[in-house]
Amino acid sequence: MSTHSLHTPRDTDIGTPGSAHGHDSRRSYRIGVALSILLTVVPFWLVMSKALPNPTATAAIIFVLAMIQIVVHVVSFLHLDTRSEGGWTLLAFLFTAVIVVLTIAGSVWVMYHLNANMMPMPDAAMGPMH
Amino acid sequence: MTDIHLKMIFGRLTWESFPIHEPILFGTFVVVVLLGLAIVGAVTWYRLWGYFWHEWFTSVDHKRIGIMYVILGIVMLLRGFADALMMRAQQAIAFGANEGYLPAHHYDQIFTAHGTIMIFFVAIPLVVGIINYVMPLQIGARDVAFPFLNNLSFWLTAAGAALTMISLFVGEFARTGWLSYAPLAGLAYSPDTGVDYYLWSLQIAGVGTTLSAINMVATIIKMRAPGMTMMKLPVFCWTALCSNVLAIAIFPALTAAFFLLMLDRYVGTNFFTNDLGGAPMMYWNMVWIWGHPEVYVLVLPAFGIYSEITSTFSGKRLFGYSSMVYATVVITILSYLVWLHHFFTMGAGPAVNSFFGIATMVISIPTGAKIFNWLFTMYRGDIRFELPMMWVVAFMLTFVVGGMTGVLLAIPPADFVLHNSLFLVAHFHNVIIGGVVFGLFAAIVYWFPKAFGFKLDPFWGKVAFWGWVVGYWVAWTPIYVVGLMGTARRVRHFDDPSLQPYFVIAAIGGLIILVGILGFVMSIVMGFVKRAELRDTTGDPWNGRTLEWSTTSPPPAYNFAFLPVVHDLDAWYDMKSRGYQRPADGFRPIHMPKNTGTGVILSALAFTLGFGMVWYIWWLALLSFVALLAVSIGHTFNLNRDTFIPADEVASTEDRRQPQLGMGA
Repeated sequence: MSTHSLHTPRDTDIGTPGSAHGHDSRRSYRIGVALSILLTVVPFWLVMSKALPNPTATAAIIFVLAMIQIVVHVVSFLHLDTRSEGGWTLLAFLFTAVIVVLTIAGSVWVMYHLNANMMPMPDAAMGPMH
Repeated sequence: MTDIHLKMIFGRLTWESFPIHEPILFGTFVVVVLLGLAIVGAVTWYRLWGYFWHEWFTSVDHKRIGIMYVILGIVMLLRGFADALMMRAQQAIAFGANEGYLPAHHYDQIFTAHGTIMIFFVAIPLVVGIINYVMPLQIGARDVAFPFLNNLSFWLTAAGAALTMISLFVGEFARTGWLSYAPLAGLAYSPDTGVDYYLWSLQIAGVGTTLSAINMVATIIKMRAPGMTMMKLPVFCWTALCSNVLAIAIFPALTAAFFLLMLDRYVGTNFFTNDLGGAPMMYWNMVWIWGHPEVYVLVLPAFGIYSEITSTFSGKRLFGYSSMVYATVVITILSYLVWLHHFFTMGAGPAVNSFFGIATMVISIPTGAKIFNWLFTMYRGDIRFELPMMWVVAFMLTFVVGGMTGVLLAIPPADFVLHNSLFLVAHFHNVIIGGVVFGLFAAIVYWFPKAFGFKLDPFWGKVAFWGWVVGYWVAWTPIYVVGLMGTARRVRHFDDPSLQPYFVIAAIGGLIILVGILGFVMSIVMGFVKRAELRDTTGDPWNGRTLEWSTTSPPPAYNFAFLPVVHDLDAWYDMKSRGYQRPADGFRPIHMPKNTGTGVILSALAFTLGFGMVWYIWWLALLSFVALLAVSIGHTFNLNRDTFIPADEVASTEDRRQPQLGMGA
């Protein structure tokens, strides 16, 4: 049986998390802080200066920047990369992300469909999830 | 003392909470008390309390915890099955003028308790117990990653089970069906203690299950023997890994749903109520985000069990190992995408219903691939039809039918007709009995000699087998039929007398299953009586292929004196064919975890907390909650957690094992 991408070398015992990274990790913290500040300042500036006329576009950009922010935190502060624990941390993170997205997006989709096949109600206030 | 004072001390617990006026419950209570006294008396008489406490209750040995899980599962199976027989008896006689013998409010508790117990306190403990026992041995480890956590997980599950059981005699259990759907389970419609018992039992047991799942995943990822890459991992461990990953992902959804329902019931929020913006369907949504994958949490390890047994008893390497692994992973992901098929009739539009319907049908593809893998493993194999293999064949024949009715139900228009009918009930009993329960019995028969050093009695084992298989078909085929004709589930009394013969046949089927259950108990008893002739002296009674058969039966506390080195998928078969010689000297001290009673204490406190909350005995709940925190924090200061088994003790244990392993090596 050939080796496979999920193969975990048993001898990579990592000991205390983070300790193996040394000054390398200090550099990643610096980059992380800088990027985080940038990614926080830009949304504030967008909102306060009203740089974009369209609020939907502003919200969309903030959403995207927030997503990038998550990735920055995970990579530079939590040291998520393809090597640690033989790739298991990355796999676990991606799996969690998929599950969370499925749960939230799925639930929202399902709940907004709640009344799709129902007779219209005289009382308009009876919508789903308000 | 005034009423107020009594309320402060006892909450809503009064003399009326004890059902002494209900003859069925009172009779059961008397029997349980007498049996309990007999057991306590016997244990005291033979001075076994110390033995049980030091060797079992406080044990962190994965093998003993596994056995305790299985015992819990079997005890609860007897309770859940008693409920099933009561329902079958009621439905067989309650036609026309005959109201049957169960009042509605008792009948409703029985079907709720039956479902809740069978899933949470039978299927889960049995599956977790077998994974606990077998998986560390199969990966060549000495224990699980977090041995204390393992003990705590077991006792939390047992505490949840105890809380459910006590509802039989103190107050009553939920009358809301096994998932306690809102808004029926809200305070407005279920003001008594039933739903609170349900919620607290399952929350406490759920913590145990989640912790256990984390433990098992960490064990499989971190503690495999040298050389055992993921693609050399036995299939049972693969399925255990996927099942536990899934459990970690889904149990939080259930916990959150229950927690919100608890808030509704205790502090008057309106998450799942009918008015004030509550969304009861959100409860269904969250519960089924847990509920559907949970089916796969249970059935995936069963698939692993079938794979191991098919390979061993066909004397062949498993056909399509890697396709089996990928099928398992694909099922793991897909099982997360189908939950809405449990409530197609909610009113969602065609987009939602067709998405979930198609996703459901797609799952049958990897599952079908597995069936073909087992068939091809058997093809031209040297098949030995011993009991475990008989269970596998019965599974394949039974489960395929359940799978097909599942695909039928996955079609939304068909589901609109069959939703909440007995057809659905027959379908999920078909897959759970035919898939999970048969697998668990196969596993018990297969690994029993490993755990206890002797095989189960084959005659009574066959009685159990035929009782279950024939009983299943006799009990559930008529239910499929009446379900297809439109009979609703959870009904206590029928008006149409033409349905009665079907229910009488179903009740007879239930009695045949009873024969199977008694046969199973007898196979343990007679196996013990005849243990001298059924003894396994080799450690490898079935000519096995994986590492658990490389050690003695039962294995020593440390499992392996030297961790095995793995070169091939069927590691033990590979070692045997290369003429493996067990080392006879050079033993070194073995580092092992120490027993601790903290798990028992924490779980007892969790039980008290649950009981206090159910009965509104606030001081008791608060006290046990504070104690729970204090003991948990206190345990972190317990640094006396490990011990070394000295080398000469290992040597003497191994010497005693020598004659045993002579042949297998």
